[in-house]
Amino acid sequence: MPSGVLVFGEATEGGELAPVTGDLLGAAKSLGGPATCALLGAGVEGLAQECAALGADKVIVVDDPVLKDYQGDAYVPVGERICKEVDPLVVLFGQTMIGRDMAPRLAARMDTAVAMDCMELSLEGEKLLASRPCYGGNARARYTINGMPQMATLRAKAYDPPERDDSRQAEVVKQSADLSADAIRARVTGRTKEAVEGVRLEDATVVVGGGRGVGGPEGLKSLEELAGLLGGAVGATRAVCDMGWYPVGAQIGLTGKVVTPDLYIAVALSGASQHMAGISGVKNIVAINKDPEANIFRAARYGVVGDWKEVIPTFTEKVKELTAG
Amino acid sequence: MPHIVCCVKQVPDPEAPASQFKVDEAAKKVLSVPGIQPVPSQFDTIGVEAALRIKDKVADTTITILTLGPDAYRDTIKHCLAMGADEGVHINDPALNEADHWATAEVLIAAIKKLEPADLIICGRQAVDWDMGVVGSTLAEILGIPVVTLAKDVQLEGGKVTVERMLMDGVETMEAPIPCVITVSNELGEPRYPQLRQIMAAARKEVKTLTASDLGLDGANNRVNLEALFVPEMAVETEFVEADTLQEAGEKLALRLREAKLI
Repeated sequence: MPSGVLVFGEATEGGELAPVTGDLLGAAKSLGGPATCALLGAGVEGLAQECAALGADKVIVVDDPVLKDYQGDAYVPVGERICKEVDPLVVLFGQTMIGRDMAPRLAARMDTAVAMDCMELSLEGEKLLASRPCYGGNARARYTINGMPQMATLRAKAYDPPERDDSRQAEVVKQSADLSADAIRARVTGRTKEAVEGVRLEDATVVVGGGRGVGGPEGLKSLEELAGLLGGAVGATRAVCDMGWYPVGAQIGLTGKVVTPDLYIAVALSGASQHMAGISGVKNIVAINKDPEANIFRAARYGVVGDWKEVIPTFTEKVKELTAG
Repeated sequence: MPHIVCCVKQVPDPEAPASQFKVDEAAKKVLSVPGIQPVPSQFDTIGVEAALRIKDKVADTTITILTLGPDAYRDTIKHCLAMGADEGVHINDPALNEADHWATAEVLIAAIKKLEPADLIICGRQAVDWDMGVVGSTLAEILGIPVVTLAKDVQLEGGKVTVERMLMDGVETMEAPIPCVITVSNELGEPRYPQLRQIMAAARKEVKTLTASDLGLDGANNRVNLEALFVPEMAVETEFVEADTLQEAGEKLALRLREAKLI
């Protein structure tokens, strides 16, 4: 009989446990566990104890050079093998670059289905109820899945990690990838990383977001001073990135990053649902927009109706004064 | 001569004002807004653009547009034909209207098997209505062929496909043998806009229609059940900063945020 929750944890490129792993273990706990955490990668063995501290009852480590960087054709068969061994009721991934690519493929191989980008999960008996935004965040849909295991990917920060307890122990099982020589058909031949200056968007406690209304690359540039004063980072809407006004890596939204700062300052952006999906977990949104009907005001705690070019300079000055003291 | 199949769907216009977005909770359906026409799902037309860029280089490429949906979807096929695609195939059968991603993939595959063998199958990274982003990968897994997701550049050369795909903080290059499934992301660039002459030519082009029985199917073999669909509450009270001038409003906003201990 299938039982328990299997989560696919992740490591950062720096070799640390990625925060999403804690979120996933938090979700597994809320579903009643027990939680098995699979860790695929190269040099990830040392992270097993941290998974235990975050609530994993069992950790399956597949530490193999072939898994160093994510390649679907390598990760999916390993994931499939683990799924079959563990025989869980529920399988969880983060809605990350790995989860987006791997979860649907694994679901197909396991003859089941996956609900992507979920905000909330619960079990009714053995039935998983997976609640997720759709229509760019305008609607919420709740699904059940005909198939076993029942799979879902979780939006970043949808769940909090369990409180860390370093005295917690877990059974740790080490496996090798054991891939057949012809497993990898689609092969990674090169990678270029965008260098991130300053605070990473995902980690920033203050984010200043710029929309099409800022008028061009200079507009975005001018927001960097404000973000800098607040120790934050600048993000942008998809429209802005698509027009080449700001780096693609700074895109916030459904197809970009999900950010959860304490304060989000939305400058000259209308709040298209595609963008709102990336800030749905932010409690304090400040909106500056000349259109009082702009959708962003529906989610904003504080608002100024007016041209950002008139508002931002004095706002920035005042912030400088207040933060200098 | 390369053959590319582009899978496209039609969606309610995502640019329609959010205030007009309404759901029939009992029917679990989104209500159409009077006066606002449905549009091709944007990521799918970006997929057509990717195919057309290959055709721009390799002239004897054939591009087939494939869709599953009711009568209105014909407009989406016509749009893609006007962009420059060669053939249109419309799977249209009420028995398949409620297909989920799995059933959709099965139906598309049944149709693909009736066409000339495809070298590439291109889908958008996700449809802009349900936002699941799983049909492309599901197609590849059922067919047992490779898939590369989130492409920003696709080159078809020498019996293989070279793809630049998006990472969270960068780009990676992947090579895959053909046939292969590709899903494209918006970073690929804007889809070309049809010219009037092309729209007229596309209007005259025949679109092949297929029903479930043509494909040997008797209905949608769904794997997910939509249990509920609703509009989430947005219970945020906005405090508007009032001032005589916008300059003053800027200062007041900073002071208010300080007071709320947010800065």
